[in-house]
Amino acid sequence: MNSPLISAKAAEEPSVSSSTAVPILDIHDLTVAYHNKPVLWDVDATIQEPSLIGIVGPNGAGKSTLIKAVLGLLPITSGSVALFGQSIKQVRGRIGYVPQRESVDWDFPVNVRDVVLMGTYGQLGWFRRPGRAEKEWAMHCLEKVGLAEMAKQQIGQLSGGQQQRTFLARALAQRADLYFMDEPMAGVDAATEATIFHLLQELRDQGKTVLVVHHDLRTVPLYFDQVMLLNMRLVAYGPTATTFTPDLLYKTYGGRLAILDLAAEAVQARERSA
Amino acid sequence: MMTYNTAIVLMGTAMLSALAGLVGCFAVLRRHALMGDALAHAALPGLCLAYLLLGERSLPAMLLGALLSGWLGVLCVQGLCAGTRIKQDAAVGIVLSVFFGAGIVLSQMIQQTPSGGKAGLDSFIFGKTAGMIALDVYLIAGIAFAALLLLLLGYKEFKLVTFDPDFARIQGWPAGALDLTLKALLGLTVVIGLPTVGVVMIAALLILPCVTMRFWTDQFRSLLIGSALFGSSMGLLGTWISSTVEKMPTGPCIILVGTLLFLASALVAPRRGWLARWRMANQARLHTSLAPPGGVP
Amino acid sequence: MNVHDAWTILIACACNLACGLLGCFLLLRRMSLIGDAISHAVLPGLAVAFLLSGQRHGWPIFAAAVAMSLITTMLIQWVHRGAKVPEDASIGIVFSALFALGVILITRIAAQVDLDPQCVLYGVLEVASLDTVPIGSWEVPRVMLTLAAALGITLLFILLLWKELKITSFDPALATALGIPAGLMQYLLMAMVGTVTVASFEAVGSILVIAMLIVPAAAAHLLTDRLPMMLILAGAVGVSTAVLGYAGAVWLNTSTAGMMAVVVGMQLALAVAFSPQQGIAAKWWRRRRLAQRIAEEDVLGWFYRQEEKTGAVERSMEEIAKEAALARADLGSILKRLKKAGHLEAMAPDRMSLSNQGRQAALSVIRAHRLWESFLGEHLHLPADHLHAPAERMEHYVGPKLQQAIAHQLANQQLDPQGKPIPGLPPPSAEPGP
Repeated sequence: MNSPLISAKAAEEPSVSSSTAVPILDIHDLTVAYHNKPVLWDVDATIQEPSLIGIVGPNGAGKSTLIKAVLGLLPITSGSVALFGQSIKQVRGRIGYVPQRESVDWDFPVNVRDVVLMGTYGQLGWFRRPGRAEKEWAMHCLEKVGLAEMAKQQIGQLSGGQQQRTFLARALAQRADLYFMDEPMAGVDAATEATIFHLLQELRDQGKTVLVVHHDLRTVPLYFDQVMLLNMRLVAYGPTATTFTPDLLYKTYGGRLAILDLAAEAVQARERSA
Repeated sequence: MMTYNTAIVLMGTAMLSALAGLVGCFAVLRRHALMGDALAHAALPGLCLAYLLLGERSLPAMLLGALLSGWLGVLCVQGLCAGTRIKQDAAVGIVLSVFFGAGIVLSQMIQQTPSGGKAGLDSFIFGKTAGMIALDVYLIAGIAFAALLLLLLGYKEFKLVTFDPDFARIQGWPAGALDLTLKALLGLTVVIGLPTVGVVMIAALLILPCVTMRFWTDQFRSLLIGSALFGSSMGLLGTWISSTVEKMPTGPCIILVGTLLFLASALVAPRRGWLARWRMANQARLHTSLAPPGGVP
Repeated sequence: MNVHDAWTILIACACNLACGLLGCFLLLRRMSLIGDAISHAVLPGLAVAFLLSGQRHGWPIFAAAVAMSLITTMLIQWVHRGAKVPEDASIGIVFSALFALGVILITRIAAQVDLDPQCVLYGVLEVASLDTVPIGSWEVPRVMLTLAAALGITLLFILLLWKELKITSFDPALATALGIPAGLMQYLLMAMVGTVTVASFEAVGSILVIAMLIVPAAAAHLLTDRLPMMLILAGAVGVSTAVLGYAGAVWLNTSTAGMMAVVVGMQLALAVAFSPQQGIAAKWWRRRRLAQRIAEEDVLGWFYRQEEKTGAVERSMEEIAKEAALARADLGSILKRLKKAGHLEAMAPDRMSLSNQGRQAALSVIRAHRLWESFLGEHLHLPADHLHAPAERMEHYVGPKLQQAIAHQLANQQLDPQGKPIPGLPPPSAEPGP
């Protein structure tokens, strides 16, 4: 009954037996629906070791949905998510987030450093203002992404790549252990992409885990230790070398699973007209 | 020659418009600019109901009624958006017109009562500054001071939730509650502004300072301070003009003064102004062939 | 009902019909608030037209209204795009500024022309039928003539430009690609809104115009997905509002225009609550019904699995509640419904077992469950111990057609991942089951 393909759990088995530590991220049977229509089916994956993980799949595959559901920004239809063995509410301080660039109004009257400082708000707690230490830390994060000299610019004056790096610096300022990044390299030039990639590697080398929604298939093997292939369901998850293979990619991109589409419609139809 | 009355009115309108400018910034930046308009219209039935229940004109009670029904209006807008396929703009229009209609129904019923003429409900629709008394000014000052304190205290939180609510949520801030607090502040401002500028024009008092000052600054803090200052000067100037020129209603006068300043800013402001951008576009056209790629976006 | 009442209702009908029909297009284009803005912003145009022509009626007023509606639309665009102000804020600025200008103009010329800003806001429908002109042997209210003309133009506009209006409302980009000038259509629509607004002003005031532009269209949109039906329903809401609103106003001795706004709001509330597809009640009822059916299917499935293990099974309600973990308050009514449908038989009083018919129904549920488990195992690579829970959910949604599709894809596999048999389709596919 088991498919010949590497299943999520099968790939993990060696590490499961070697380390009994709490998983960094444990997604259990996660199903997410919009307007009663499931868009992500029964995703089941466990991340045991700090790594750089690419989330890859065609448009409408549910990549952003997965991240948002894990972070509690979208309601979960069924299943559960544990981060460091706890619920998202208990570990917010250890989570960093880079949203899609379109998610905010870039004409908003704040400068680059202000945005990066927002990353420190979580640790500051209620009513305390960022002080000198936070400002220095924000500048340090900006230096990391090579935007220190733009610190005082209004965010609308930045190029697309600079805006992405601003968001990245804000996530760095969160001092998280687990990062979720939604297409941080979308619409970015080659130099910026290289900068971002080096940063991600550095984070991984510091023992952090980074999940990145990524759209450029050519660079996947170069960038990521592990990949999640996603198309309405988890097609495969495992080390890039064994998972990022032509036939699995074909399974991911070669059309949607007709049965899942039919099933999604059946669910919606029955919810609507029982 | 300034009389005691004029001084009262000037002080009141200045503080009121400063408060509206400050609170309006958050509404405009969150794309809720017309929520203030809906709130103002939705306040009318509560105002009238409070009068009907009490049987006499009592400003605090009427303002409380106004606040409650304005609040109900905001809830209706949110409910219509979340629970049906009606979009936000239509929901705002629906609440605005239906609640206002209900207000008119009630106000005409009040006018039938023996003491109805004294209710002074008309002044809430078009605004009437001349009637302002010292007590009103204290009320405005008190609320403005409380709002200022609240915004100072939660400056960081309100700024974050206005800019990026999802990120705020991930950091564990109660984004919904912070948003409701801002809306409550908006409601309070609108309601105490009703007697002065009236239902129809209060929206401009909220919007004009923010969008005008946005031409002059890129900084959140200076936008807030600037909007408060701009609001108060617009209020002062408008009130002063209307008190010196005959047959010049105050509310509309304040709005027109603000609009003129807005237009002037849109024209001449550095960088964001129309002239500056026109000049920049011209220069860009001249230098297209010479300019390095990836310059000014 | 006397002549005065009849005329008043007719006037209101004409106004509500014209507004309701145009409002549908505004709503679909997400331009409801621009309609709102126009109905405020025509005021200075009216004032200037009064000042120049010295008349309260006639073509100068309409020319001014059309001009102002176009100017308003253009100003909103300019402030939004040219001055980089968010669209809602630019609507707010433009309409308040123009309305303020209008109030000032009217206040200053009030001595020359008899015009009251309050009348602009909420009209004087009560006396609209008193100002009449003779037509033949009839005394027809002047406002009625104006509104009839406005309604006629509106109908003509919609009928003549039906195709263009429809396509530019749904997909302006496609319209432009097809050579239909979407921009021009928008300005024409705005000019129509301005015309109807002014025609309605004197009778009902601007607030009712806004209500009648937006609310009937929104109510109609909750009731149908088809544009012609939406227009008809919006018109019907408009007419019933005219009649009920007038009756209510007479009853409470209050403003007719205000009462109509309230009545149309109540009609929308009814649509929100009771629309057959979109309504809250319908959604609630469907959710409840679905939950019951799921519970019924759970009972049947439980019986089937017991029979699989131990052969014939009969149980009392208490035993089902305990053994099947179905201890819910409405278990009694669920079992009763199953008995009534012939799915369960009562062997002894209070003891139930599966009937043949029930076995067939249960079979479909079990088949759905095991097919889905196999499908998940095959394509989603879930570990075996994660398969049951999702299948438990999905067994209620996978109907015969989908079952067939899955079975086909699994090459008619006979066992599920736990090694239990996947029951075949019930007859007519008269294969013997495993």
